[in-house]
Amino acid sequence: MARLLESERLLATLLLTPTVLLLGVFIAYPSVGNAGQFVGLKNFAKAWDDSIFQTAFANTFFYTFWATIFKLALGMWVALLLNRVFRGMRLVRAAMLLPFIIPTVLSTFAWRWMFDPSFSVLNWTLYKSGLIVTKLPFLSDGTWALWCAIVINTWRGMPFFAITLLAGLQTINPDLHEAAALDGANGWKRFWHVTWPLLKPVTIVVVVFSIIQTFADFQLIYVLTGGGPANSTHLLATYAYQLGVATGLLGEGAAVSLFMFPVLFAVVCVQLWYVRRMEGA
Amino acid sequence: METSRPEDKSSSQPQMARRTFIRTAGVAAAAAVGIEGILAARRAPAFAQGTKLHIVRWNDFIPEADVWLKKEGMPAASKALGAEVTIETIGFNDLQPRITAAVQSGSGADIFMLYYNWPHLYANALVDVSDVAGEVAKAQGGFYGVFEPSMRVGGKWLGMPHSIVGNTIAYRKSWFKEVGFSEFPKTWEELRKAAAALKKKGKPYGQTLGHTFGDAPTWAYPLMWSFGGAETDKSGKKVAVNSKGTLDSVKYMTALWKEGCDEGGLAWDDSNNNRAFHAGEICASLNGASIYIVAKRQKDKLKDEKGEPLYLDIDHGLFPLAGGAGQFPLYFSNGHGIMKYSKNQKLAKDLLRWIHKKENFEKWFEVCEGYSVAPTTDWEKHAMWGKIDKPLQMFRTAARNTRIFGYAGPATAKSTEVYSKYIIVDMYANAASGKMKPEQAVKWAETELKKIYEA
Repeated sequence: MARLLESERLLATLLLTPTVLLLGVFIAYPSVGNAGQFVGLKNFAKAWDDSIFQTAFANTFFYTFWATIFKLALGMWVALLLNRVFRGMRLVRAAMLLPFIIPTVLSTFAWRWMFDPSFSVLNWTLYKSGLIVTKLPFLSDGTWALWCAIVINTWRGMPFFAITLLAGLQTINPDLHEAAALDGANGWKRFWHVTWPLLKPVTIVVVVFSIIQTFADFQLIYVLTGGGPANSTHLLATYAYQLGVATGLLGEGAAVSLFMFPVLFAVVCVQLWYVRRMEGA
Repeated sequence: METSRPEDKSSSQPQMARRTFIRTAGVAAAAAVGIEGILAARRAPAFAQGTKLHIVRWNDFIPEADVWLKKEGMPAASKALGAEVTIETIGFNDLQPRITAAVQSGSGADIFMLYYNWPHLYANALVDVSDVAGEVAKAQGGFYGVFEPSMRVGGKWLGMPHSIVGNTIAYRKSWFKEVGFSEFPKTWEELRKAAAALKKKGKPYGQTLGHTFGDAPTWAYPLMWSFGGAETDKSGKKVAVNSKGTLDSVKYMTALWKEGCDEGGLAWDDSNNNRAFHAGEICASLNGASIYIVAKRQKDKLKDEKGEPLYLDIDHGLFPLAGGAGQFPLYFSNGHGIMKYSKNQKLAKDLLRWIHKKENFEKWFEVCEGYSVAPTTDWEKHAMWGKIDKPLQMFRTAARNTRIFGYAGPATAKSTEVYSKYIIVDMYANAASGKMKPEQAVKWAETELKKIYEA
């Protein structure tokens, strides 16, 4: 029995079975019950030709790229800070996780209030302090609204990066840093030549997870802007929902959401390739 | 012969001798109208005993309407039908996803509230309720014209018309007076002048052009119609949006937005304007009667600059305004649909009959105080209109000229797709925000509409 469980093939089958069963229940069964009409690639072609889809497609890449960059940069910085020993360290580490723990819908509602075009506390503060003379169009201008979404996503996702990278940092033997310091390496050189190479595997994993989550993000945009103004902030997930669920065009909605598949598949392939390479090394 | 035992007489439920029951049941059968017989017999038919019925509606903007339905209306219906009627109210935006899920899974509530022309969208999943609709229309003066294209599909009523929520412009009387308007502007040009003057005083016009189900489309579509624009031709197959009328309306909107509107409106949902109005941030807004009704019900909290109750300074202006090709509003045409998967379809029809019986509908209608207008014309004569406040009385005839999207063609599922994708709203939003020139915005809308109507 123990030998059987050690078999990679068997383990893989065991791990995959629940997923296959769930997919069977949620995809295959409804197809049998309500077969619909086979239209070939028509829904994909329609989506590709749709200007709202094109905006959503571009937005999804833009949103994922910048949110991941910011999360990585800030997460790394915070992880390095938290890796130091200071008074109240545990409390700060626990508090930092709050944005990640609070349900996305609730925290996004709070942000929406802060960015509200009429009652924004940010606008009010900036106005009262004399820094602005007219209200800033946080959510009423497409470009501003998309950047607001990126800011919120960064705020929400940064703790995940920070905690994971912190865990990675704590596995690095301090002797290596001491040795580098004795050799005359300054802070930046110690980070670049000692910390970063050892942290890279963890970083790659956390970045890949973040890309998958951010690329398929739905809740944040749905609550913050609903895809508006004038479709400027739609992501693939929110547009797929609008088509498939809100409009009842399930086939078209599914086609839009399936456009995420090749991208996410490629990301996972890169991750697998990297993990195997690391194992080989 | 009396067959009931003595202890039965002490029961709170009125008991009925077998002969009386047979006679009443016979009358009911002859009447052949289901609920009439049940009501005459004062007890539920055997088939309905212990049966459950589930109805899902929106969270009404007049909360008291839902309170009445939950505490009085549906319990009374349960008693009359001998079935346990459960009413669930959910946010409007959750209604369509809920219906989609129910249709796809073939299970869920027996009756769903339907808006606009949703029966076209869910035609394959809805029961024909022409019999109920026919009875109610015949007894109550006929439906308003908007219901035919909204709820009737292929000659069958797939939605039972229930009500219309009228929209007019709630405005601050004293503020408009300050800029020379003793009453609300009557034409588009007058509105532009008044809004521009008020915006200069920091009191802009408040209007959403965001992705919201209510205020944005009910502003955008009538604006287009009023200037002579239309989505399609009469056949509904040829896109006609790129016309002088539509372009003029987009140009008007662009100018009004810059000169007179709160430009944050692009990000507003359907509740922002209520909050902004009550906070004294805007001078006017397209809305149902809820701004006024809430201001009145919270008169101790909502005050004007002089400390007087805010509602005293609110009146309503007719929308759309004159000065174009006509005045045609887009109001919520609401109805109920019975789902084909329901195991209680007959009972569900009986519930709709119960809801629309004059004495039952009247109680709900009165609670709404004009916010929701009845689906049939007889209710314009109801005494309630004489009792409610003057600013609410204009809703009495509000439903007469309302149109539905898809105009000048029929209101098909394709027109719902246009609505659900906010193409007409976004045409205005694209131009008002400066993202596109008016000509480009109209061209963009034409391209999007052609993909839907002419593909």
